[in-house]
Amino acid sequence: MPVGLLGKKVGMTQVYNDDGVVVTVTVIEAGPCVVTQVRTVDRDGYDAVQLGFGDKPRRLASRAARGHVADISGRRQKERAAAGVEAAAKPGCEPKSFVREFRCEDASHGMEVGQSLAADVVAGWKYLDVIATSKGRGHAGVMKRHNFSGQRATHGVKRVHRHGGSIGQSADPARVLRGTRMPGRYGGKRITVRNLKVVRADAENNMLLVEGAVPGPNGGYVVLRHSAKNRG
Amino acid sequence: MRHKLLDIAEQSSLREEPLNFAVGDTVDVHNRILEGNKERIQVFSGVVIARRGQGTGESFTVRRVVAGEGVERTFPLNTPKLAKVEVKRHGRVRRAKLFYLRDRTGKATRLRERKSKPWEVDPNAKKK
Repeated sequence: MPVGLLGKKVGMTQVYNDDGVVVTVTVIEAGPCVVTQVRTVDRDGYDAVQLGFGDKPRRLASRAARGHVADISGRRQKERAAAGVEAAAKPGCEPKSFVREFRCEDASHGMEVGQSLAADVVAGWKYLDVIATSKGRGHAGVMKRHNFSGQRATHGVKRVHRHGGSIGQSADPARVLRGTRMPGRYGGKRITVRNLKVVRADAENNMLLVEGAVPGPNGGYVVLRHSAKNRG
Repeated sequence: MRHKLLDIAEQSSLREEPLNFAVGDTVDVHNRILEGNKERIQVFSGVVIARRGQGTGESFTVRRVVAGEGVERTFPLNTPKLAKVEVKRHGRVRRAKLFYLRDRTGKATRLRERKSKPWEVDPNAKKK
């Protein structure tokens, strides 16, 4: 059973469904993904499948990254072979720019190193969870960051139109309560959006349409997995 | 630059045969509307004053004057609810958006007629 897929957010548009109603969709370039490693309980302590998406130029990839996807002859490898250590299976592909693991409950996923996954693995799924890094907004005020209302434009408000107002009481408790919402770093964090409906999965073009918005900028990497809470 | 997957995604939602009309044309817009479970066609006629957007989001605006009151309706170009757009008359215009018609009334809203361009003539249409 396919575990998930990696992809790249392309952008948003709208399409008409069979009823002639407009559906707002995010276009995702999903796959092809290569299984770069299979983790097993025996060796790694847990079961998981590691996927890689997007080629990284060899000159930019570290030696470790190159050695992860293909055999590169080196002294250490020769020594290990001489010592009788079994070499790990390699997919034999280009170094990947985006690599993520998908945890599995057991080893029954049936995936092998080197196997390629396309967008049609999603075809049987009705809903997806999309995980990505949201757009970084830098140091943001409370109106943008926490949806505060700010203050009035007139009626004596001076220079504090976008301020949050009071952050607490006076002598008792004489401190700001922990967790009080204030300005600060906003965005650029890992965000999971659950239960996005799959509108279309096109393996030929490695294209996936999901209804609604997906975190991150256009061109950002996304992790797609079968909805954890809505598998109907 | 637009990503090619965006075009591929929109492909199936685009009109198979493009609607043949231009800004300044007087048109009859045949719009399918659902009443209960019966479908019926409603016609809105007026002058095309704007066409905007690209891909599936493209739309156009038709203006007419009803009982002395200006009425404008904007239609999505690619919606399947749009049965057809019939061109009644071509108007000679020098700009892409005819918003200046909003400020005019009566005779001043007339547009000079122009002949059909070769590509605007439907070769299948019967000659009258």
